[in-house]
Amino acid sequence: MKLIRKGAEADLYLGNWHGREVIVKKRIQKSYRNPRLDYRLRVVRSVREAENLHEAKKAAVPTPIVYLVDKENTTIVMEHIRGLRIKEILGSLNREKRESVCTQIGRMIGQLHSISLIHGDLTTSNMILPDDEKIFLIDFGLSFHSQDQEDKGVDLHLLKRALNSTHHEYASDSMRSVFQGYEEIVGAEVASKILKKVKEIQYRGRYFNERT
Amino acid sequence: MTKLLCLGIESTAHTFGASIASSDGAICSDVRDMYVPAIGRGIHPTEAAQHHNSVADRVIVEAFQKAGLRPKKIDAVAFSCGPGLGPCLRVGATVARALSIYLQKPLVPVNHALAHIEIASLTTGARDPLVVLVSGGHTAIATYAGGRWRICGETEDITLGNLLDMFARATGLAAPGGPEVEMMAEKGREMIDLPYTVKGNDVAYSGLLSAALREHKKGAQMVDLCFSLQEVAFSMLAEATERSLAHTEKKELLLTGGVAANKRFQSMLESIVKEHNAEFYVVDKRFSGDSGAQIAWNGILAFKAGLTVEVKESHVRPRWRLDQVDVPWRA
Repeated sequence: MKLIRKGAEADLYLGNWHGREVIVKKRIQKSYRNPRLDYRLRVVRSVREAENLHEAKKAAVPTPIVYLVDKENTTIVMEHIRGLRIKEILGSLNREKRESVCTQIGRMIGQLHSISLIHGDLTTSNMILPDDEKIFLIDFGLSFHSQDQEDKGVDLHLLKRALNSTHHEYASDSMRSVFQGYEEIVGAEVASKILKKVKEIQYRGRYFNERT
Repeated sequence: MTKLLCLGIESTAHTFGASIASSDGAICSDVRDMYVPAIGRGIHPTEAAQHHNSVADRVIVEAFQKAGLRPKKIDAVAFSCGPGLGPCLRVGATVARALSIYLQKPLVPVNHALAHIEIASLTTGARDPLVVLVSGGHTAIATYAGGRWRICGETEDITLGNLLDMFARATGLAAPGGPEVEMMAEKGREMIDLPYTVKGNDVAYSGLLSAALREHKKGAQMVDLCFSLQEVAFSMLAEATERSLAHTEKKELLLTGGVAANKRFQSMLESIVKEHNAEFYVVDKRFSGDSGAQIAWNGILAFKAGLTVEVKESHVRPRWRLDQVDVPWRA
């Protein structure tokens, strides 16, 4: 198997699964973390990821197909989605295309939240755009079920900050498109409540001045 | 080019500090005096401000003496303008304004968080790092882009320094809590289950604090509890840091702020940095805690960029966030 990426918490290999090209995602032991704590987290996240990659499909959100979950070895074998990560391409898109991509991202999040699924780590590194223009969402290790506005708000807050820190030139325009797509799915009433929550969460950060 | 000299005055929280830095990177003197609250108590802003008032003149005179300089020799007066405790900030600002007028030297407002990053960059040589800033006032992961520091991740409630201080305070350890907890933790072995809260690149510590205090009430061994608290709290931030490092693909990691002195946290980040083939830099122990030196050095950089302020406009900014500061000299 060929190592293709060292992610934050897992190594990704390109492998072969009964003739199919697959990604083998192995959550590796973190030497910095207490072994007991580390193993507990890796098992929980592997199981959660596999479950919720599948769960997301119920909301019509494109995710890779899961072929195998090896709980003891904290490894998942899944479909290989060919394409570039949104992080790599967002800057090279023209304005119109960028807005349409961001609206699509917003719709996807709205769909997830509609079935009370929280992704937990929304960044542009965790979205892949294949040639057929349908964005795939990956990395569900921190995902969980919740109906709370708080959790939905945090989900969007994290994406907003990821945009601000990596794509600051067009972060606010992009986020506006995301909210637009989100609203299309969840409706104006819910969307405005969640948007308010996102602001509230942002102000919890250190030294935010509520007057600004 | 002639050397520029800047006096820096620090007074955001418990430390009153004065230092003179030179534009060639030398820290000519660095004098501080710290307000220490009684055991079981936190910083009382007014008491801390009174402390700063009472030591200010001596600390500043000493800073000039140790640098071997007469006050007239400096080119600018920098002060910590925020973020921090209002009463404390006002002491430093008042002294700085008076000196600026008396010596007829420009006044330079400095953001305390940015100053932690700049003094660490100066002393380590890091050029374009992902920064982990951990102290009583901050827990943030930041990266520089387009003239400003951008926050990649931060705490959604209390800071790492708060967590350690508040835990220490409630369990009868001395202040500041970090070094006390670290010493106890070195003797701990047993891992007590505590909540681990990572949200993407963000962390939240208040639940962990409550749970740790609950275990203390139940009679958990202090050494084991300190050990577990450190393991969980540091692992959370280490994980968020690793995620930010993977996302930003930076090749340097710079650790700064008061909690940067913790050896266990350093070793965690070091192991992450190795995994990602990056370079690891830790602020010199002399400059991890709050100091006039960080303000003086940041003052040099800001002064050279023309970022001075008129005395009548020089209000303190207790809630001045790192990502609101313009940093033209890095571009």
